[in-house]
Amino acid sequence: MYFLKRILTLLPLTLLITLLAFVLVRVSPGGPFDKERAPASPEIEKQLRAKYHLDESWPRQYLRFLGGAVRGDLGPSLKYRNHNVTDILLQGLPVSALLGTLAFGFAMGLGIPWGVFMAVRRGEGGDHTAGFLALLAVCVPGFVIGPLLVMVLAIKLDWFPVALWASPWHAVLPTMALGLFYAGKISRLLRESMSGVLHLEFVTAARARGVGNPALLMKHALRVAILPVVSYSGPMLADLLTGSFVIENLFQIPGIGVFLVNSLQNRDYPMTAGLVMVFAVLLLTLNLLVDLLYVKLDRRVKLE
Amino acid sequence: MSTASTPVSNWRRFTRNRPAVASAAVLGALVLLTLAWPWLAPYRPEALGDAQFAPPGGAHWFGTDFLGRDQLTRMFYGARVSLAVGAAGAAVSLVLGVLCGAVAGYVGGRVDGILMRFVDILYSLPSVVFAIVLIGTFEPMLKAWLVKNFSESVVPLARPLLLFTSLGAVSWLTMARIVRGQVLSLRHRLFVEASRTAGATHVGILRKHILPNIAGIVIAYLTLTIPTVILYESFLSYLGLGIQPPHASLGTLIAEGAGQINPIRVYWWMLVFPGGLLALLLLALNFLGDGLRDALEPRGGAK
Repeated sequence: MYFLKRILTLLPLTLLITLLAFVLVRVSPGGPFDKERAPASPEIEKQLRAKYHLDESWPRQYLRFLGGAVRGDLGPSLKYRNHNVTDILLQGLPVSALLGTLAFGFAMGLGIPWGVFMAVRRGEGGDHTAGFLALLAVCVPGFVIGPLLVMVLAIKLDWFPVALWASPWHAVLPTMALGLFYAGKISRLLRESMSGVLHLEFVTAARARGVGNPALLMKHALRVAILPVVSYSGPMLADLLTGSFVIENLFQIPGIGVFLVNSLQNRDYPMTAGLVMVFAVLLLTLNLLVDLLYVKLDRRVKLE
Repeated sequence: MSTASTPVSNWRRFTRNRPAVASAAVLGALVLLTLAWPWLAPYRPEALGDAQFAPPGGAHWFGTDFLGRDQLTRMFYGARVSLAVGAAGAAVSLVLGVLCGAVAGYVGGRVDGILMRFVDILYSLPSVVFAIVLIGTFEPMLKAWLVKNFSESVVPLARPLLLFTSLGAVSWLTMARIVRGQVLSLRHRLFVEASRTAGATHVGILRKHILPNIAGIVIAYLTLTIPTVILYESFLSYLGLGIQPPHASLGTLIAEGAGQINPIRVYWWMLVFPGGLLALLLLALNFLGDGLRDALEPRGGAK
């Protein structure tokens, strides 16, 4: 019931978010034709505005945008005049999504065992070393890791390509640069919750009943301890999706990030609106899935 | 919560944690150096030199950048900005995030729904875009307002002010969600149910049971918020929307260093030193946060 409601609110929320983006970009000063090569005369600019329907009232423009969006047509880009926003998105989004997914997998695959290890060895030497490494991962952002990896592994040792996006080899450095930070975060969150859970009654009780198998104990404890990580994975996916911009920029990856930033600076209204819409749908859906998973894992959380 | 938790015992627990105390010292020294550097340095941060891309050496300990400016001096000026941005973001995250998360998780029902949908909406606006739009939209307005009510001289403050505001606006959301998740699962725990049955007031339960139990994760996450905020700042500076040249933040310095990477010549000092200072700063903040958490929350902490 609760999730039916959530699913039903997805649509109005998406509309609200796109409306907000739609209005905010238009409120900010400057227009899409400010950066023309020759300063456009008022007549030319007027014709351009008419051609792209910018002379209509905002509500009409918004309805026109929605009407197109329903049919999968997000309108022409005002910057890349011969291209449709939908086409540009279809080219860039899969690349960004793949990079984000790879980094997500990398962060989880590395972060979870890392966190469990620290919780089990809490207070011992192994915990201190692993804890320091986890801290280091969180303290050196992808911004720094990326160029360092390129300098050492690509330029000095020539193990990986320096940039671009072609073979699986090309994906290794960007994935590490993007994901390492989140692996550190996950391991730290998990250490906290896991060492809390290991002191809880049901674990102690299981131990007292003679469940000596550490693997089994871990499995039970992890089921509860993973919750903060689950609730963090929603925002993390959002960060990965939008946050890959710097990494895409560094490695010259043809993702979506470039367009997002450029469209705002160029006042490319249809591009901004289309991108925000896609992001909104993606993130709302992902958050819903995360909450669904949360309830599935934690029976104590009852949602109406 | 049977362990005594007096200020004195907390302080003792904290001082016993060597890395935390050392970090506090390092952090204090960094802040002092950052503040005092204008009087110590032989260079001005904007002063151009003849030696472009000079490697680290006697005259310039940490080398120079592409305009021959002293890297060390620029780093300390940059660290000042990054520290201020981080502190502002963390403060907003603490106040707004904990308040919103605790209320949503504890009260539940419709209040929870409204608050969390609001957080959802802000979430689904990509934070970078949100900040860019906020800065782009409100900068001209804020500048006009500053000129009208104060004077021309305060106009350069508009950008940092907007930067603080927009970073603050995006930094509290994760905290709210995490706190809510924790409170939600605490609310149904036996000891909370028990004290409610025994007639404890809501404020009492929040203060005695909920807040002490989430303090650890709040502090742990707060220390993790600062790198996030500083990272966002470097994002925006990278896009030309943060700190404007000739001024620098650690983020813009790293971006400049990353921009100079090429297979022919490697100007490693432009990347490694600002990156290293950032890492040192954040490492110290994190160790300090860990120490504080262990001191304030005996349960599950260092024994």
